[in-house]
Amino acid sequence: MAGAAISRSGIGAPVDRVEGRLKVTGAAKYAAEFNEAALLHGHAYASRITKGRIAAIDPSAALAVPGVLDVLTHENRPDLPLLRRHYQDEVASPGIPFVPLWSDKVLFAGQPVALVVAETAEIARYASSLLEIDYEEEPHETDLKEALHRAAAPWRTRKGYVRPKSRGDAPTAFEAAAVRIDGEYHLMPEHHNPMELFGTTVVRHDDGRLTIYDKTQGALNSRNYISKIFGYGGDEIQVLSPFVGGAFGAALRPQHQLFLAVLAARHLERSVRVVMTRQEMWSLQFRPECYQWVKLGAEPDGRLAAIVNHAVTNSSRLETYTDNIVSWGGMLYRCDNADLEYRIAETDTMTPGDMRAPGAATGVNLFEIAMDELAYAAGVDPLELRLRNYAEKDEMHGIDYTSKALRECYAAGAERFGWARRVFEPRSMREGRELIGWGMATGIWEAMQSKTACRATLRADGRLEVATGTADIGPGTYTMMVQVAAERTGLPAERIEAKLGDSTLPYAPVQGGSWTAASTGSAVALACETLRTRLYEMARDLPDSPFASTGIDDVRFEDGEVVRNVDPMNKRMRFEAILEAAGCPELKVEETAKPGMISMMRKARNSHSAVFAEVRVDEELGVMRVTRIVSACAAGRIINPKIARSQILGGIVFGLGMALEEESMMDHRLGRFMNHDLAEYHVPVNADLFDVDIIFVEEQDEEVNPLGVKGVGELGVPGTAAAIANAVFHATGKRIRDLPITIDKLL
Amino acid sequence: MEAGISRPLPGIEDRHAVPIRLTINGVERQLDVAPWTSLLDLLRERLDLTGTKKGCDHGQCGACTVLIDGRRINACLKLAVTLDGADIVTIEGLAQGDGLHPLQQAFIRHDAFQCGYCTPGQICSAAGLMAEGRARTRDEIRELMSGNICRCGCYPNITDAIEDVLKDRVSEPAMPV
Ligand code: FES
Ligand code: FES
Repeated sequence: MAGAAISRSGIGAPVDRVEGRLKVTGAAKYAAEFNEAALLHGHAYASRITKGRIAAIDPSAALAVPGVLDVLTHENRPDLPLLRRHYQDEVASPGIPFVPLWSDKVLFAGQPVALVVAETAEIARYASSLLEIDYEEEPHETDLKEALHRAAAPWRTRKGYVRPKSRGDAPTAFEAAAVRIDGEYHLMPEHHNPMELFGTTVVRHDDGRLTIYDKTQGALNSRNYISKIFGYGGDEIQVLSPFVGGAFGAALRPQHQLFLAVLAARHLERSVRVVMTRQEMWSLQFRPECYQWVKLGAEPDGRLAAIVNHAVTNSSRLETYTDNIVSWGGMLYRCDNADLEYRIAETDTMTPGDMRAPGAATGVNLFEIAMDELAYAAGVDPLELRLRNYAEKDEMHGIDYTSKALRECYAAGAERFGWARRVFEPRSMREGRELIGWGMATGIWEAMQSKTACRATLRADGRLEVATGTADIGPGTYTMMVQVAAERTGLPAERIEAKLGDSTLPYAPVQGGSWTAASTGSAVALACETLRTRLYEMARDLPDSPFASTGIDDVRFEDGEVVRNVDPMNKRMRFEAILEAAGCPELKVEETAKPGMISMMRKARNSHSAVFAEVRVDEELGVMRVTRIVSACAAGRIINPKIARSQILGGIVFGLGMALEEESMMDHRLGRFMNHDLAEYHVPVNADLFDVDIIFVEEQDEEVNPLGVKGVGELGVPGTAAAIANAVFHATGKRIRDLPITIDKLL
Repeated sequence: MEAGISRPLPGIEDRHAVPIRLTINGVERQLDVAPWTSLLDLLRERLDLTGTKKGCDHGQCGACTVLIDGRRINACLKLAVTLDGADIVTIEGLAQGDGLHPLQQAFIRHDAFQCGYCTPGQICSAAGLMAEGRARTRDEIRELMSGNICRCGCYPNITDAIEDVLKDRVSEPAMPV
């Protein structure tokens, strides 16, 4: 390997986001902001029933509104491929994907059943209110509680589903245990609610080609989805999503506005935009409601003897959405007996979907409340309880981790928080009329890597472009790519440009699961290494080369120059000078980085955290404030500490919402989420956030991937809600097993 | 300063149109607007000033915050026809030439955004907050900035950025400890 290229903007430097200026000046354009002179606007009309069929649609009043061009319904829509597999996308759950305007069937509340296309969005929306639709209603079942009795183990599962693996004889060990806790834990459904509304702008060119600006976590996923359905060839459509206004999983799968906008653009041979309303976004996927039953049995000193962890979430009638809910406790703690079981119940809702730290956000947080209960049952400090049950291995699979610095997280977090000063007894700390509680919990997430390709192009002016089809929904992917490229090539960041969010770029999977830093980062690193080698060889082979008869180990790459280790003052050449001398207008390489499959299975790959929270509860009013959070994380190598901290912070805010605020409430008589806007669905606001300290403990990991990074997008969520719930117990002595903990549950 | 080109009034709105005069980011404009057009849609759909964002269209998120006669307001709640003669500043009008507004600089330095979608609203809201002169402490900033939701959860960094500008200082951005 060539001499290390170290630069101020390379890996580990807390540089500002490279796209920052575009975002603070309003110049960054999102999907619904690419304006076209003769753009039409579509408004999707949502079903007023939850289940049944449409007996008749009369669009005449809507069509009579001046400015309305068409109303598309299942009755008059253009022909579509009959085979449902054409509608599956890269991350679809097994089953039959929902397709808007497919037939007269209504399968869930808010299902789009017509698209009104008009000259302006206001007219389309108004005209849609004039649609006359007769429904034949059928009874629906939306209540998970009512459906629990028919919950069953998932008979088809998706990629990434980890079948829970039981061990020993937990029921017997539980009965025999000296200390026992047994509880039902519950999480309400949550909706992602990225700030940007779902929108797609389809620009139709005269020759029928489409340029599609889509809100998506994967431009290639959207491209492939549309290509398969409508039969487009490789270069007939291009999907672009340079900026995405948050997604948190909601834009992993193509959403109905994409399908509808393309359908209308083809049909009318015009450019069309479809934007959802905030309310419509409650008919998209969501983090499913969960019932989790936990029994923990322990020795008198708190050492676990039995873990029984069963859970049920809901899925739709269409597809089988599964989450990894029950494995986490079984992985995290040493215990000979674990009985882990996950079931799903079908309900008449849209298929749930991945939402930030899917599975772990639910499973870990609910399980860690149970661990706190065990601490109190055994009379052992909650942190000490975790340490007594600390596992060096992944206890569920019985394999080693590539690295696990959770012990260091506990120590660093506790130190920073001042945990040692905590009084064990609940209700023992107060200030004025406020009760003070301190709680803690463990967090865990996966450190995945997926196959990703990157193209690196060095241009005649010495500037480098690194490009891959990934997305940047907010985690700082643009910046990360530039930093990895800066480190690998020795070019200063100002001379590197990252390109992404474009379906014509080299393959990258959807952005999610915290795998982008590892996957894209590794691809960028590999492409830059190859580029570096090719550039060096080009320079070496020049007539009178300063690098004649050297090997690549004899040079280093510094500040845009190849520099010979011996006699560096005289033996050096600028990148652009090499290209010019070699008569090469640009040097382009493409590489694909993929994880080693065998090693992937031999060792567990996870990131960990220890979260400590302080809450203050007004004793009379029940008002809760989370006044302090310390989250100590072990996430491998950190590419940019400033931006990585922001990612954990964002996860913590999600965890806070889960603990105290967020819940989508359904009226089961109607089968509809009722609080479907941002006034009634509460998310944390600025006043909810006080002091947050984030720590990254040292974690060297040569095995997890070439960069040694584990990803930080989700890790902030698992553990945070539990630490807050446990702090509420410590403050008030009330154990709330039902998230979110709203005031009514406390009083 | 102005991005893009304005689009003509869609034909269908013609016969309902009401003439108004607005100053937007220092440029005076004569516009014909339909009575149902919100300021937000006027900016985004007609004038191509898409820096002002739409997150709810119901006054619940703050993404559309602009300054009208110096006061911060949700553009989605204002019908354009009611604003005849008003002076409007959007995110596109905050920077002076190439130099960024101090708030814009502070937001970058403190990593006060992730996806960036709430950011123009946050910055305009913060500019309005400064003008109000009501916020003096961190707690007051947090309270008075709570009409602007950031789903990416950048709040403490947003507060850091605003506090810097309010106190006319440049502090170190928060780092992992
Ligand atoms: S779009 Fe105006 S407040 Fe949300
Ligand atoms: S930066 Fe994404 S919503 Fe605030």
